[in-house]
Amino acid sequence: MTSVMERPQGRHLGGAPRRRLVVVGNGMAGARAVEEILARGGVNQFTITMFGDEPYGNYNRIMLSHVLSGEESDADIFLNSLSWYGENSITLHAGVRVDRIDKSTKHVFSNDGRVTPYDTLIIATGSRSHMPPMDGLYTPAGSVKHGVFGFRTIDDTRRMVQHAQQEHHRRAVVIGGGLLGLEAAYGLKNHGIEVEVVHSGGHLMNAQMGPDGGAVLRMSVEALGIRVHTNSRTTAVLGMDRVSGVSLRHREDIACDMVVVAAGIRPNVDLAVLSGLPVERAIVVDDQLRVQDEDDIYAVGECVQHRGEVYGLVAPLWEQAVVLANHVTGADTSSAYLGSRTATKLKVAGVEVASMGLHGPELDTDEHIVFSEPSRGVFKSIVVRDNKMVGATLLGDSRKVAYLTQAYDRGLPLPAERIALMFDVGGPGEDVGVAELDDVAQVCNCNGVSKGALVAAVKGGCTSVSGAMDATRAGKGCGSCKLLVKQVVEWAADFAVEEDPAASYYVPGIPLDKPALMAAIRKQGLRSVSQVFSALAPGKAEDAKSKMGLASLLKMMLADQYIDERDARFINDRVHANIQRDGTFSVVPQMMGGVTSVQQLRRIADVAEKHHVPLIKLTGGQRIDLLGIPKEDLPQVWADLDMPSGYAYGKSFRTVKTCVGKDFCRYGTGDSTKLGIEIESRFQGIESPAKLKLAVSGCPRNCAESLVKDVGVVAVEGGRWELYVGGAAGAHIRKGDLLATVDDPEEVKLLTGRFMQYYREQANWLERTYAFVPRVGIEHLRAVIVEDSEGSAGRLDAAMQASVDSYVDPWSERDDPLTPGQFRTSLPLTVLPQVPVR
Amino acid sequence: MSAGPMSTRPMPASHNLGPVDQIPFGEGRAFGVDGEQVAVFRLRDGSLRALSAVCPHKGGPIADGTIDRQVVMCPLHQHAFELDTGCSTTGAESLRTYDIQIDPAQNIILQSIQGAGNYSA
Repeated sequence: MTSVMERPQGRHLGGAPRRRLVVVGNGMAGARAVEEILARGGVNQFTITMFGDEPYGNYNRIMLSHVLSGEESDADIFLNSLSWYGENSITLHAGVRVDRIDKSTKHVFSNDGRVTPYDTLIIATGSRSHMPPMDGLYTPAGSVKHGVFGFRTIDDTRRMVQHAQQEHHRRAVVIGGGLLGLEAAYGLKNHGIEVEVVHSGGHLMNAQMGPDGGAVLRMSVEALGIRVHTNSRTTAVLGMDRVSGVSLRHREDIACDMVVVAAGIRPNVDLAVLSGLPVERAIVVDDQLRVQDEDDIYAVGECVQHRGEVYGLVAPLWEQAVVLANHVTGADTSSAYLGSRTATKLKVAGVEVASMGLHGPELDTDEHIVFSEPSRGVFKSIVVRDNKMVGATLLGDSRKVAYLTQAYDRGLPLPAERIALMFDVGGPGEDVGVAELDDVAQVCNCNGVSKGALVAAVKGGCTSVSGAMDATRAGKGCGSCKLLVKQVVEWAADFAVEEDPAASYYVPGIPLDKPALMAAIRKQGLRSVSQVFSALAPGKAEDAKSKMGLASLLKMMLADQYIDERDARFINDRVHANIQRDGTFSVVPQMMGGVTSVQQLRRIADVAEKHHVPLIKLTGGQRIDLLGIPKEDLPQVWADLDMPSGYAYGKSFRTVKTCVGKDFCRYGTGDSTKLGIEIESRFQGIESPAKLKLAVSGCPRNCAESLVKDVGVVAVEGGRWELYVGGAAGAHIRKGDLLATVDDPEEVKLLTGRFMQYYREQANWLERTYAFVPRVGIEHLRAVIVEDSEGSAGRLDAAMQASVDSYVDPWSERDDPLTPGQFRTSLPLTVLPQVPVR
Repeated sequence: MSAGPMSTRPMPASHNLGPVDQIPFGEGRAFGVDGEQVAVFRLRDGSLRALSAVCPHKGGPIADGTIDRQVVMCPLHQHAFELDTGCSTTGAESLRTYDIQIDPAQNIILQSIQGAGNYSA
């Protein structure tokens, strides 16, 4: 029975009748193409009908290996359930195959007897498992022998799982040692099946890597208990009505209960051939994804051949779907698909594999950088030609994949030290890959901003880094993610980021970089934050975001000549304590070098008891922290403590952590405790562009963690001291660079002060030493600070001395508040004085 | 708990918060008014602004924020709010604003429209 569908009478917005769009194929390509069309308002242009060979909605074929291994259930991998089609007014014929297209009358004929007219047709028939020629694959009746499986569809996968779970089935042979074959082997292994992989190539995954990588991969696969036979061709499947083994050429037979054929895929082109469409290796399409010489027929996905290439990966398919949708809907008729550079990153049999471009050098002048560590299953190979990366293979460690993919796709210039292509060699955020980050991945962990939110901000028009940061507040927490935020924004804007002049400003509200700002302040004799705004800000406008940075800079430059306007300070600096999430504050008394006494401990205990301190905590800097102090109680707490401030709140010199040193430690070679206390008492409270955390260790065992401090000192045998700068172990981890090794503790203090002064003068606002030191370079720092190459040492020392001399313990303000209500509560923590109604 | 007509009609109520000198230039202080927390800021030009004192994001103390002529920045997570409108420039919910003046005796006078409960007294 044949019925011809009526032309739809429905009229839509604007009154134009909708055209009929028919999609043959409901796999990843067909469904994605339809999604892209819907995203371009396609529902107003078309009535959409889809045909799918499989009786389901649309699922993620890539995840079938997870279903096989049991890591996901088959219900988890559906991209669009059947209801999605109804919600989007799509008529889906699931489990119906299209047999023929009549392109002259514009109808498709399906195997349920239906004849469906179209105005626009999309062919997305995908591909199928390739069954290489071998004896015994089929029963005499022509069907595939019981126990032989392809690995292509959700039904294949379900049947494999079912078969593998039967008690008496213990052994499987997978034919094909490529991506799919290894995934099948890994999945079956998870069901407790003994698996052997028979591969005709010389090494595993030969489409993605060279022999050396293949050898390392083989070791990883064999370590999973999967046997591998390379250079082995399967000649026959044994067994009468069910599988009992396979025969190999020139090798012994292998007995087994099931055979999975994963020897590649072939495009489904029967429909196109029968319907008279141009087919070579696959359906031939142009740059608009139109089938060659057809006006109204498009094709997309694994069934197409574009500029001679047939793709079997998902990324090209996504790119094709976008271009196709642009043309079908008319959204962008200039859109063109120019082919895909296939970089693959996947997890095969639990091993991370990434591959792009060449597998090895081809010209005599090609550079080949190889790292191989078979015991850990790590292999890296990179091919460089004319200082451009032309190929890479990474096995077992894909941390650099995002960077390498970018370098490969865009031909970025490469670091002179090629090792940096393979490994992270320090510096903020280098290990983070942007392109590979998932949309839901959190970029800013302080403010919970995802990559997707940043990308949306960029697409919404925030095409400068600071604009996107303002819109999302990414990077406005601890700031450690700023580099990653910048990378994401650049990536989202396709590297067409607007030049952001504000990027070089010291503070956002004054359009000057640090040297120009400091010069202007000196030249005009400015002494307060409000004077700087009046003299240097556009329109004399104050800027809340700039106040704290300016206050710190002026204090550094002017020491006791600075006019301290309290409104320019952040709340922490106004009340000399660190604000907590509930609006209370933390109080950390000074405890130099982490050394305390009976008297101090007793007093701290008394204060904590008297003020009902809710939490007493030892800090990472070896101090005692009293948390949960209401603002109005701060002066009394300080008075009761009668100890100086421990500076656990400001952008300033914080603490010197020490080990017990030579007096008690049997390994100690230097008096680290004494030196730490001396350094702390000299530099306490010094303002700086970002906080400074120091440490002194008495021997190279480094119990005070000197190698990961802004300034770290290590005593070494022979009475000498090593001085490291630029280390960090917080939001970012970096080992400090050795600035100098000196004989005398006095020299340590001098160089520490000189380095900190140079940092105070040269670093950007909120730029920690872990970013500053690599930016200016340790060689440069050694020259300036140790060798005095610029003749500035005396001036730096004098400037630091002036800052040291102007130090006043801020907790002395307890008796004489500097502003009215300095310590008045700002939160509904306590009942405020209620005022009468007039 | 009066049900009289006066108590059901929202009436502007004036509150004298005391001398303006208790707020330093460029800073804010919090006041309790009719059981509500109000942050009052004294700009560097001497004018006043009043906003609800609790940040809608995570309850931060707005009166402890840093200000300029346009916005106040909450000290906890740097959400910014326009002093004139209470609208957030960083995507948070808005703060309520209050009408506020300085009377000839240099006292802070805040207008509240939620005076009904107190009027019935």
